[in-house]
Order: sequence, then structure tokens, then C-alpha cells
Amino acid sequence: MSNSHTTVIKPKKIFSFSSLSEVWEYRELLYFFTWRDLKVRYKQTAIGALWAIFQPFITMVVFSVFFGGLLKIPSDGVPYPIFVYTGLLFWQFFSSALSDTSNVLITNQAIITKVYFPRLILPLSSVMTKFIDFGIAAVILVGMMFYYNYTPHLVGLLIIPLLLIITFMVSTGLGLFLASINVKYRDVRYALPFFIQILMFVTPVIYPASIAGKYSWILALNPMMGVIQSARAALLGTTVLNWTLVSISLLATFILMLIGIYTFKKTERYFADII
Amino acid sequence: MKNSPIITVKNISKKYNINHQQGGYIALRDVITNIFKNPFTFLKTKTKEVLGIETKEEFWALKDINFEIMKGEVIGIVGRNGAGKSTLLKILSQITPPTTGEIRINGTVGSLLEVGTGFHPELTGRENIFLNGAILGMKKKDIVRKFDEIVKFADIEKFLDTPVKYYSSGMYVRLAFSVAAHMETDILIIDEVLAVGDAEFQKKCLGKMNEITKEEGRTILFVSHNMGSVKQLCNKTILLSNGKIIDFGETENITEKYLSLSKETTSEKWENKGNEFNNEYFKPEKFYISKEKDDSLWVNIETTINKLDESLTVGYALYSEDNTLLYWSYQTDSKESDWPELNIGNNKIKSKLPTEIFNSGIYKIELIASLYFKEWIISPNNINPTIFFNFSKKFNESKYWVQKRPGIITPNNQWKIIK
Repeated sequence: MSNSHTTVIKPKKIFSFSSLSEVWEYRELLYFFTWRDLKVRYKQTAIGALWAIFQPFITMVVFSVFFGGLLKIPSDGVPYPIFVYTGLLFWQFFSSALSDTSNVLITNQAIITKVYFPRLILPLSSVMTKFIDFGIAAVILVGMMFYYNYTPHLVGLLIIPLLLIITFMVSTGLGLFLASINVKYRDVRYALPFFIQILMFVTPVIYPASIAGKYSWILALNPMMGVIQSARAALLGTTVLNWTLVSISLLATFILMLIGIYTFKKTERYFADII
Repeated sequence: MKNSPIITVKNISKKYNINHQQGGYIALRDVITNIFKNPFTFLKTKTKEVLGIETKEEFWALKDINFEIMKGEVIGIVGRNGAGKSTLLKILSQITPPTTGEIRINGTVGSLLEVGTGFHPELTGRENIFLNGAILGMKKKDIVRKFDEIVKFADIEKFLDTPVKYYSSGMYVRLAFSVAAHMETDILIIDEVLAVGDAEFQKKCLGKMNEITKEEGRTILFVSHNMGSVKQLCNKTILLSNGKIIDFGETENITEKYLSLSKETTSEKWENKGNEFNNEYFKPEKFYISKEKDDSLWVNIETTINKLDESLTVGYALYSEDNTLLYWSYQTDSKESDWPELNIGNNKIKSKLPTEIFNSGIYKIELIASLYFKEWIISPNNINPTIFFNFSKKFNESKYWVQKRPGIITPNNQWKIIK
């Protein structure tokens, strides 16, 4: 039995895929961390998990009144509430996952300095947690689609998983990068909320991407722009699905993900020393 | 396969750079202000760093560690504070990488550097068993299988569904140790966890660990300050000092050597070499034992105070030979009007040692200081000014009490006949 498992500890670990497969070995821990975060979050609250619905819902109502009703921001011909909710749904998944991932090493400092496990588990579990929130909040969207009588076409439904994967990867990639920096420079914690706010204004959450006109491909370098626009196209038929846009987003996502994993893996082993 | 070692440690060294004194992380702002404040110094150090000339202030927590451990051995690791014990365990548990060298481990490793790592106060005992088990690397099905045993050992059946934030500290520790004790790894690494919990539970833990090794043939690495439990558990022991292995052999010999080593380095006086423990509220200058005419022993503390804080408490922690804490004493132990008044500048205070109850032996005294309930200035069990003194008890008038007695204290008690 003891022969089946040999560990070699050396000063420098070269990046290898075996360290990624180790994450799979520890998948139960991934489950437990996610379970813990979900379980703990709404302890001692009166309405519990309803908060996951409340936040995007109230935001949607307020935005609809001010941006849709008073400011009359165009919405590609669909009712503004459902237009903005689709955007918010993906945006909140992204932004909350990003900020949680960036801080996850700090919040779990006590565990990191005392126990070994693949550190990647922590950021992954925070994105998972937010993904479940997304699932809960998506119920509202389904309700709204019935209310406003929208039926998504088949290709539309098929592309949603792809968009979710992109969102998942963007927040993980960027999050891993920021989390690694955060270990040494706590500036991240202060800069991030501000950064996310700015990012929201350059992402077509409250306005349609079409107002950027022929320059929209520049905006597409921000993968969330591609995601939100495609989600609207797929579910609400606002525009035709723009595959170039999706491809650009996908490419940008891959680059972000690579940078994220590389930075994280490079600094991972020293977290316990400098955190 | 019996003869090949389960753990092989080759040339392990670990270096820390001590360049940021303010603790772990730095703010980018500090880096930037530093650049603008001292641009030349910054440039100079940077170029030196790039060229590799600059050697930062380095600290070798471990230096050239080599040893092999066979399957089923229980190895104790002893050494003074700061000898490198915890660093060694951290490297073996893969929490921090070594700077040089290589370790080969043939088997699964479970490490218990702290009791209750990852316990969440909001979760119930039941939930925490699963969470903590998973963090320690147990599989869910193993936790389920061992669940009843864990609960029984911890003796918390009634509170299984209560959030652990409502647990007493004893229950908390019992549950935490119980989870860890049921890990089924080939190798178990344990750091001083038995220092917590009450005496009865400590005994139970030692029993459990004995059982683990004897019946299941598991390998254990065990760090402790308590020579008693090391002797009870370990067949072989590693003695570390200043990051190096001084000796590795039979526990009995090593523990004796450890104790005599601390005797050799006995110093009855500590003096600040310049800027050690620099703190505006309290900077220790001298720390020593003095003897008065009546043969009484006094602990003397000389200090510089640059900023007065009402909550300053200065004192010492006294330990017996096997590093058992005997007591803490502070200058603020009496009623407030009797406290010695500390002023800005140099202060000398002293406190009488209650030697009438001391047994013969070597005692360790650590200087401790804090701002009451705010922060430690010099914390116990850390790197702090430490002195040792060898005390030989004068036997009293009794004709029967003429040799050293067992026990930590030997008070001279009154006996009377009841009429």
C-alpha cells in the first residue's frame, strides 16, 4: 500500500499537468469548501438563500426605473427589465466570483499555513459557489421570459453553456492572477471594488453593445461583453449571434486563463511564507 | 520492502529573508514611498540585487538536514524554541518548500500542525467533522465509516448538532483531535497539539497515539516540548538546535542530552545587544537574577521606556526543566497603589522568586511584556529574552528530608495533630 504513493519534495516544482490532476484527486475537498461557503453564508439570516434572488432582482427594478424608464436607454427592441436582467445575471456571476476569488487566499489564510492541499481548490470553490447563486437567480429570468413571452431558439439554448464556461474561466483566470498578487500586496483588496465598478461601465450591462457601432470588436476584448451580448442574442433575439465576437471573447478568455494559472502556479508554493 | 526507509530527507535547508519586519505582507504604497524617499538607496540595493551582490539579511531556519525513517517508527523531534522544529514539519507537510535538498516519502502523509484547522464556528459538530476531515485529506466514505468512532472518542454525542461556536474550549479541542486521530495515512506528523486540553484528555490522546503505532504500524513524527510524552511515545528522537541536527538516536539518550544541553547554555544574565526588541513602550535592556544578603533570589528587569502607556504590563514566565509552565508574574499583580511606578527613561524593577517552594533543578525564565489586552510586546513561548538558573534547594531542619524529592514544587508544609 505504501508503495502506491510516493511524494518527492524539492525546492522548485516545475509546472506539470500532474499538479492539475491532483485537483481532481481532491475534488471532494472542492465540494466541501463550496458546501461550507453556501452553508455558512446565510446562517443567522431571516430569508436565507432568497438573498441570491433579491439582490439582482432589486437591482433590475431600480435600473429599469432609472435607466430604462427615465433615461430611456435603448434596449435593442426588447423590454428593458428583461434586457438588463440578462446582463446583470451574467455580470453578477462574473463580478462576485472575481472579487471572492481574489480574496480567497487571504480569507483562508489559517488553513493555508497549516495544511497541504492543491491551492487551486480554493479559488475554484469560490467560483462554484457563485455559479450556484447564478443558478438560483436564473429562475427569475426564466419567469420573466414566460411573462414577456420569449422562447429561445435551440442554438440559443446550446450556446448558453459555452457562455457560462467563458464567464467561469474569465473570473477564474483573472481571479487567480489577482489572488496571487494579493498574497503579497494587499492593495488588491482596495483596488478591486473600484476596478469592478469601472469594468461594469465598459461592459454592456445597462446599455446595448450596439451603441459602440463598428468599434464593438474592441469592446469584445473584454470577454464579458461578448458573453452578455451573445446571451441577449440567444435568449431574447436582440441581434443575430455574432460568432466572431464569441471567438474573440473565447481567445481573450484563454489568454487570461493561462496568465492566471501560470502566475498562481509560480507563486503557489510560497503562499504560506509570505501571506 | 521492509528495509527501505519510508521517509528520506537529504540536505534539506530552508532560508528566510528577513527584510520586512512589519510582518508578512507589504502594501505597494510603502514600496513606492520608499522609492521616493530614498531613491539612491533603492537604486543601489536594486542593482546589487540584480547583480547578485546584495545579500539580504538571511536566516537559515534549517541547515543541511539529513535523516531516514523506517516504517512503523515513532520519532520525536525536540529542541528549543526557534530550533527549526516547526519549519521541518512544515516542509515535510508540503506547506512550504525547502530552499535546497530533497525529501522522498513513500506513503500518504497526514499532518496535524494545529488542532481544528478549518473548523468553522457557525457549523455544527457533525458538519465540522466532515469539513475538517476533508481538509485533512480524508475521503468522504472514510469519514462516514469512522464517524461514530470519532464522535465517541470526542465524547460530544449530545452536542453533535450544535454549532461549535457554542462549544466549550475543551469540547472543541476533543472533537478536533478526534477527527485527526482517525486519519488513516501511513505517516502522521504532529506538532505540539497535546499541549492543549486537560490532563485526562492528554492521557487519552497519548493512549490513542500509542495504539495507532503499535496496532496499525503507522509512522509518526512528533514534536513536543514535553519530555514526558516524548519518552512515553517515541523510540527514537531527533535533537535540533539552531536549524541543525545535533543528534538522532534512542529517545532516552537524546532527552537527557537535550536537558543537559540547556544546562550548558545556562546563562543567568541577558543583555540587549543594541536594538533587540526595540519598542517605544518597552525595550528590555537587562534581564538577570540577583541574590540578596538573606539568600533570596530576585528577577531583575531593566528597561527603557520612550512612550508611557498605562496598560503596560511587564513580567516573566517561569518554566521547569521539562518546559512545563509554572506561572506568569506581572508587576501589576498586586493592588494598583502598590504597583511600581514606571516612567519615561530608564527603569529598574525586581521581583522576588518564591524559592521556598522550588525543587532543585534548572529553571527557565522568559521575559514577557504586553499592553494589557491590547497586544503582546514580547510574547511567551517565542524568541524572547531568556535566562536559566540552577537552583539547589537547601534542605530544612528535618532529619528525614535530606535528598531531592520528585515533583515540581516542594513546599514546606505545616503538620499538626488534631486534638
